[in-house]
Amino acid sequence: MRSLVLPEFTISRSEECDRCRACEHQCPFGAHTYDVSKDKMISDSYRCAGCQRCAVFCPKGAIEIRPAPSFYRPNASWSRERIEDIKRQAESGGVLLTGCGSDKPFRIYWDHMLLNASQVTNPSIDPLREPMELRTFLGSKPDRLSLRSDTDTATDPFLMVETPVLFSAMSYGAISYNAFQALAIAASRSGTFFNTGEGGMPSEMKSQFKKHAIVQVASGRFGIDAEYLNCAAAVEIKIGQGAKPGIGGHLPGEKVSQHVAATRMIPEGTDAISPAPHHDIYSIEDLEMLISAIKEVTNYEKPVIVKVAAVHNISAIASGIVRAGADILAIDGVRGGTGAAPKVIRDNVGIPIELAISSVDRRLRDEGIRERCSIIAGGGIRCSADVVKAIALGADAVYIGTAALIAMGCTLCQRCHTGRCSWGICTQDPGLMRRLNVDDASRRLVNLLSAWSHEIKEMLGGMGINAIESLRGNRDQLRGIGLHEWELDVLGIKGAGE
Amino acid sequence: MSVRRQKLYSKEICACSIFGAMSRAGERFTGERVIRAMASMHHRGNGLGGGFAAYGIYPEFREYYAFHLMFTGDARAQREAKRAAEEFLLRNFDVVHDEEIPHSDDVHVRDPPLLWRYFLSPSKHGEDIDLPDDEYVVRKVIHVNSAIDNAYIFSSGKNMGCFKGVGYPEEIGRYFMLDRLYRGYLWTAHGRFPTNSQAWWGGAHPFGLLDTTVVHNGEISSYGTNRWYLEMLGYKCTLHTDTEVLAYAVDLLMRRQDLPMEIVAKILAPPTWETIDRMDVRKRELLTALRRIYAPLLMNGPFAVIVAQSGRMIGLTDRIRLRPLTVATRGDMFYISSEEASVRLISPSLDSVWSPRGGEPVVCEIDGMFEGRLEHEIAGAA
Amino acid sequence: MEEVQLEVSYGRTSNESAIEIDASHMDTRELNSLLRDLMLSGYERAVLRNVCGQRYIGTRLYSPQRRVMTIEIHGTPGNDLGAFLFGHRIVVHGNAQDGVGNTMASGEIVVEGRSGDVTGMSMRGGRIFVKGDVGYRSALHMKEHDQKRPVIVVGGTSQDFLGEYMAGGVVILLGLYGAHTASFIGSGMHGGVIYIRGEIGEEQVNSHVLISRPDDADTEILGSQISAFIERFPDLSLDVDCILDSEWTKLSPRSSRPYGKLYASTAPD
Repeated sequence: MRSLVLPEFTISRSEECDRCRACEHQCPFGAHTYDVSKDKMISDSYRCAGCQRCAVFCPKGAIEIRPAPSFYRPNASWSRERIEDIKRQAESGGVLLTGCGSDKPFRIYWDHMLLNASQVTNPSIDPLREPMELRTFLGSKPDRLSLRSDTDTATDPFLMVETPVLFSAMSYGAISYNAFQALAIAASRSGTFFNTGEGGMPSEMKSQFKKHAIVQVASGRFGIDAEYLNCAAAVEIKIGQGAKPGIGGHLPGEKVSQHVAATRMIPEGTDAISPAPHHDIYSIEDLEMLISAIKEVTNYEKPVIVKVAAVHNISAIASGIVRAGADILAIDGVRGGTGAAPKVIRDNVGIPIELAISSVDRRLRDEGIRERCSIIAGGGIRCSADVVKAIALGADAVYIGTAALIAMGCTLCQRCHTGRCSWGICTQDPGLMRRLNVDDASRRLVNLLSAWSHEIKEMLGGMGINAIESLRGNRDQLRGIGLHEWELDVLGIKGAGE
Repeated sequence: MSVRRQKLYSKEICACSIFGAMSRAGERFTGERVIRAMASMHHRGNGLGGGFAAYGIYPEFREYYAFHLMFTGDARAQREAKRAAEEFLLRNFDVVHDEEIPHSDDVHVRDPPLLWRYFLSPSKHGEDIDLPDDEYVVRKVIHVNSAIDNAYIFSSGKNMGCFKGVGYPEEIGRYFMLDRLYRGYLWTAHGRFPTNSQAWWGGAHPFGLLDTTVVHNGEISSYGTNRWYLEMLGYKCTLHTDTEVLAYAVDLLMRRQDLPMEIVAKILAPPTWETIDRMDVRKRELLTALRRIYAPLLMNGPFAVIVAQSGRMIGLTDRIRLRPLTVATRGDMFYISSEEASVRLISPSLDSVWSPRGGEPVVCEIDGMFEGRLEHEIAGAA
Repeated sequence: MEEVQLEVSYGRTSNESAIEIDASHMDTRELNSLLRDLMLSGYERAVLRNVCGQRYIGTRLYSPQRRVMTIEIHGTPGNDLGAFLFGHRIVVHGNAQDGVGNTMASGEIVVEGRSGDVTGMSMRGGRIFVKGDVGYRSALHMKEHDQKRPVIVVGGTSQDFLGEYMAGGVVILLGLYGAHTASFIGSGMHGGVIYIRGEIGEEQVNSHVLISRPDDADTEILGSQISAFIERFPDLSLDVDCILDSEWTKLSPRSSRPYGKLYASTAPD
């Protein structure tokens, strides 16, 4: 059927173009071709994803990719997106799939909160010379330390991070082997953790990276056996994901290469389907059972993380999860990324992470169980200021996914689900995958964490705080701007000037 | 949050263990074994709620409604609530006996309320005069629970009683001395794992009206829908728990509409349309009509419940059995439990053990046993 | 604490590396700790008496050296029996509850009674033999890779949603005690195979599933697994040829990509 959808981008080529065909080579979507008979580069803007790979790699800087200027008659109710989604569904009869986090203009609360700084009444601290500590412990803390040596001193297992930023779950299979390795290397160099997602851990990586790996147990149980669970610093039970709360996952067969298949322990080329729920968890006491089973199989040596999407009842859910024995609670907000999700779910289900952190933290404090677990917040953390604000709202640390991908080259073109990632990140195509150099990518990631850590120290110093733990839940360091009364209430912060 | 908005979303989530034991011969036994069975499922709860319903425990007052009330808040609030509630009860009932519900101070429980029981019969006036007794009692119970602050009637049937509170079920059982003071022919029990720590004794299971009680494991995703329908029909959901709607739905369908349990089960947990569409015409029309008329009472989401009434006990799970339920028999004894092991603990040898299919009620009655008879009749064609 | 119990409740059996344990007053964690200690100190066989509701038996027994032991259970073990099992053998002289062999990797579980819901869920290797029936959603998302092919053999039948999301492995229902009444069999099945002895209606099976008769290769698999089943339950006095010579139905996925057509890309093809 002929598609009636307009192209999203226009490709313009200046006279500098010397027909070197680099763009043709770089574009995995086939937007550039060379016409031999006319000695001319031909653009097919219908195929352009707007990933900017060709523009960056054009030796002459001759290519410019811009949003297509053509439009339908303006209509506040029937935007171009609504019209084109309907056309695509009319053409295919399918659920619309997309990649990356939601691009919808939900209020970004980070941008409506301002940080405090010391002036006169207490001194700000210069982090370049004074001690400034970002080390954080994630896990359950006992109510008190028993000094009797024999029985009670063995504390629950925990994770120690040198900076409160961890890489969130991105599975091998969804992302390329090179990207997966880059994350592992960067995590181990930066004193933090990467997360295997639900794709298992390639066996050759197990011994090298086990101290910096969080291994995930998700509903598909891919690549999971006792050995995998024991080759990790922590085990994460994934209940949900901010980009697609309440639904399962689906790695299409074409991404299940031989090595992905071996890592996931499934046959090559079959769909790897993750059911919507864990079918052994239909209830909170069942979660308690899976947490206990994982603690049993790891001999109570690893902290157990439970990751959920931020949804309406998140504070009650969080309370249940803590009571079910989770050591760490990971919450993923509505803007969280994904390799593939139904668009309608991504853009309509869940709540922003900022509100979720605040209400969960308050609920757990009210119930006196806040120290029984740590909170890792994710889904929309874009810069170091977001990290600081998340911790001031009550998180212990944050997960970054999209930011890490961008550091490696991602431009958020939202074509992850096609498996044709031009940057070699979200693909299993050997040719595309090679584009991502592991050393280069890991260096970019290390640099990002190091830059953010410096910035966090600067912000802490300004507040007159020299240890990150003094920021946690310190909402007094935040003021809202341009927020409604109810939003200030949920965030538990005052308005600017109050 | 404004009070108005708060009221809109007041469902709490909880999951649990449930247990029931019944002597089909009507022989009465203490709660001792029930408490032990519940203790074996300790880890299915989190110590924030436990409770029991016992039938046949007040033979000396069998003609009278037995009201169990709790008065909450500080000592002054409790006194005031008791005064207000008693004034209301005395105006509308003949109270033949009342006393504090005995409890053991040796058992440490959190913030126990003042607990009192009243044995009474209706004393109707004015426009209430023609109401049947049960309907009259239901209206008065709803009135107390929604209109009198800090007073809550948590048990209102004849010759039966609910005992519940904040704690593990075995603690609550010992607190009320159920192993020593009471003998019943039917016991149900509940251990709770709520995601809410309010020390609210009324939030524990069982929930009930008159002699119908419900213990429930699961979360009712359709709560919002079920609730508006029941509130439209005069029930008031005041307890911030989804289980309440189950109790009221059973009251509505069985008492007010006089429908048999087999039909009620098909309303609460109907077969899928795919299954219905394959049935023969007569059954298809019946099931279609039930789903059409009672759609707002479909209990969607995972649940396993034990409903108890005088002389019978019913076990039911949701239509695709997302919560566990095991049924067992030994001689005259009939058991329903979340786990087989808890039954084995108190009755190591069993005549039969099975897990009923989703949406298929298991009914145990004093006179004899009935097991999913209509399921076979209705769904047999499937 | 464990040392005290060592004296109180252990009885040595004739076999030096075997041990008998009275589990009647042990909670889950205590019992599993004890089993781990025993395994690490070289015991190869443990007989547990009076088990009642203790969960995750066998789960704590992962060791990098891949030690294995046999655990015999008298009583009713709790949920998640043998979850994540790594090569051990468990025999239950009685019924088992929900979650038997959850995500097990290798080893064997024999249940001389019935077993509950999600039996063999996400199992990726090893075998489960159940003499009686199994509950809802058994063999859910079972999967295989390379040489690892999990097997479940059930003497009786299963309840609804057998083999939901099944991605590999073999399930055999012998139907020894009555008719198969399960519905929604093989919902989302995209790998593996289910063999059912006795009648099964098309309406009981999900549309993702292809219904056929077993061929010779299938019969070979059936023969060896049924023989193994018979060996484990000699009291049933079954004859493998007699069982094989009955009405058999084979259920296999129509596609390894059951939901391939469900999605449309927002990207042009």
